[in-house]
Amino acid sequence: MLQLFKMAYRNLGRNRRRTFFSVLAVAVALALLLMIAAILEGEMRGAIDLSIRLHTGHLQIRAKSYEEEKLSLAWDDLVENPEQIVTQLEALEEVKAAAPRLNASGIIATRDESVGVQVIGIDPLSETNEPFYQGMVAGEYLTPDDREGVIIGLPLAEKLDLKVGDTINLLVNTSNGDVDEQLFTIRGLYSTGTPGYDKSTIFMPLAKAQTFTRTEGHASLIFILLNDIDQTDAVAAALQSSQYKIETWREMNKLFVQMTGFANVYMAFLNLIVLGVTATVITNTLLMAVFERTREMGILTAIGMKGRQLIALFMAEAGFLAVGGIIFGLLLGWPLVAYYTKYGIYFGDMGMTGIIFGDTIYAHLTVSDTVILIIMAFVITLLAALYPAIVASRLEPVEALHS
Amino acid sequence: MEVTKLTDVTRVYKIGEVETHALRGINLTIGDGEFTTLVGPSGSGKTTLLQLIGCLDQPTSGSIYLRGEDVTRLNRNQRADLRKAKIGFIFQFFALIPTLTAYENVEMPLLLSGQNNGRRKTRVMELLDAVGLSDRAHHRPDQLSGGEQQRVAVARALATNPVLVLADEPTANLDTANGDQVMEIMQKLNQETGTTFIFATHDPRVIKYARRVVTLCDGLVVENNTAKKKD
Ligand SMILES: Nc1ncnc2c1ncn2[C@@H]1O[C@H](COP(=O)(O)OP(=O)(O)OP(=O)(O)O)[C@@H](O)[C@H]1O
Ligand SMILES: [Mg+2]
Repeated sequence: MLQLFKMAYRNLGRNRRRTFFSVLAVAVALALLLMIAAILEGEMRGAIDLSIRLHTGHLQIRAKSYEEEKLSLAWDDLVENPEQIVTQLEALEEVKAAAPRLNASGIIATRDESVGVQVIGIDPLSETNEPFYQGMVAGEYLTPDDREGVIIGLPLAEKLDLKVGDTINLLVNTSNGDVDEQLFTIRGLYSTGTPGYDKSTIFMPLAKAQTFTRTEGHASLIFILLNDIDQTDAVAAALQSSQYKIETWREMNKLFVQMTGFANVYMAFLNLIVLGVTATVITNTLLMAVFERTREMGILTAIGMKGRQLIALFMAEAGFLAVGGIIFGLLLGWPLVAYYTKYGIYFGDMGMTGIIFGDTIYAHLTVSDTVILIIMAFVITLLAALYPAIVASRLEPVEALHS
Repeated sequence: MEVTKLTDVTRVYKIGEVETHALRGINLTIGDGEFTTLVGPSGSGKTTLLQLIGCLDQPTSGSIYLRGEDVTRLNRNQRADLRKAKIGFIFQFFALIPTLTAYENVEMPLLLSGQNNGRRKTRVMELLDAVGLSDRAHHRPDQLSGGEQQRVAVARALATNPVLVLADEPTANLDTANGDQVMEIMQKLNQETGTTFIFATHDPRVIKYARRVVTLCDGLVVENNTAKKKD
């Protein structure tokens, strides 16, 4: 057995160039797959993370009848006395920050254009709005008692050709089903790096939003960030009440959870293609080796080597190729993944309005993805060697010696 | 006792529609300890005959016995086992595994027949010594001369103490001096160990060492000279 490995190892040295290319084929495939896995995983994680920070929080408290899609402002559908609940929430040590938000649908009308937006009333001082005050790119952020100011997303400003200090006419639905309109001044522009979101969302202080929409003393939801995402279920359970509905980030981001499943199918498909190409290279290499060494295998067979021992010899060779390829693949793939984990890949606006996707994807490689890909590369290389090995084992010694 | 016995052995090669009758009915008995040469013109069937005796191939008809056992109907694995245990081969070309040293080449049949480490080592050194190559044990074939390579092949053929050693034109690629040296070594081993040798050759130098010459022509034995030469 040891001799077999010795022979296999030395056989690899016989045609160094070919061995090099086989190892390279495995290495490049593995590096590529690590990269794809890391980007897909990073994209999914990034998207869910962003969605939590901007849109859903870890938990939300809503009125039982609130329907997110309708942005209803009827008092029955809203949370009453939100400040009181927030005070209670902030006393919990798991809660990092909590604040009421009021969501309304609106239309911005400029001289020659009008676009639909989501108007969100926020407590400007709350830490829950960090992505927006951190993301200010021009002008000033909101102050709580501002009665005429809004901040709008940079892509929206560009689209409507607006700048800080400009006035816009804003129409909103009110709690009693009417539409009201008022002029607002753009105090500042923000960017969260999420074009789909920034293009369609504008903010004003909660108090103004409440008077504007006739929902004084009410909020659409209470947005809650926790110190640790893993505490979500525990806190959700603790907050259960007959009056309100508690939504977790998982429930609110169902779309992403589904997309993760889709991404996994997509990745399996890519894996199949990449490894298929590698397998072809390995099969060809070893098949060439079989034909070159026909006579030699004839001699081995003549002195009593059995078919299965010849198979083992070729499998050992493939095993070395696989291990070498995996080592080089990791050496190649890890720095690449590390680079994109740190600096990300800039994709720009992927053109999906309303869907929260960052403009930059940061790679994220999990241990389980790495292990699975290593095992796959190894198994596929061995499988690819099976056919040449069987060809070798079926050679008749006489034919082998004649050629 | 006879080592091998062939009765009415034929071998027909079929390539497409073309049939080649390489052997047309061979009857031959080789006794224990013989040092026999097969001669005959090119294409007369010498190599074919050696392959059949060596269980590398199977006859189209007729029977072949090795030490009284009918080997005609054995399957692949059984034939491999039989070759491993009872037969040694020496070929004209590329007889050694190029990636293995002289030592490892000789060791290979011992490894295949599962001999333990200690016994292998003694045996390999004893054989290399017998063919005068103890000092070349760790050279690869490409670092050995043709004569040396063929002597390693002789050592390998004898490694498992086979009952029969088959050599197909063992001197064809060697100059006179080396050819003689290889023949003398084989002769010596034949006398010392009693191992039976069968050669196929055109080489008069080999014929001069033989004690029995079997002449083939067109797939038939045409002359069976048992007492060609006495020692
Ligand atoms: N594998 C094969 N397929 C088809 N025909 C073959 C095969 N091997 C040998 N033959 C034919 O069988 C006949 C006998 O060949 P063989 O090789 O046994 O002769 P030989 O006596 O060894 O000749 P040489 O002295 O040239 O080595 C020849 O006509 C040869 O062409
Ligand atoms: Mg021949």
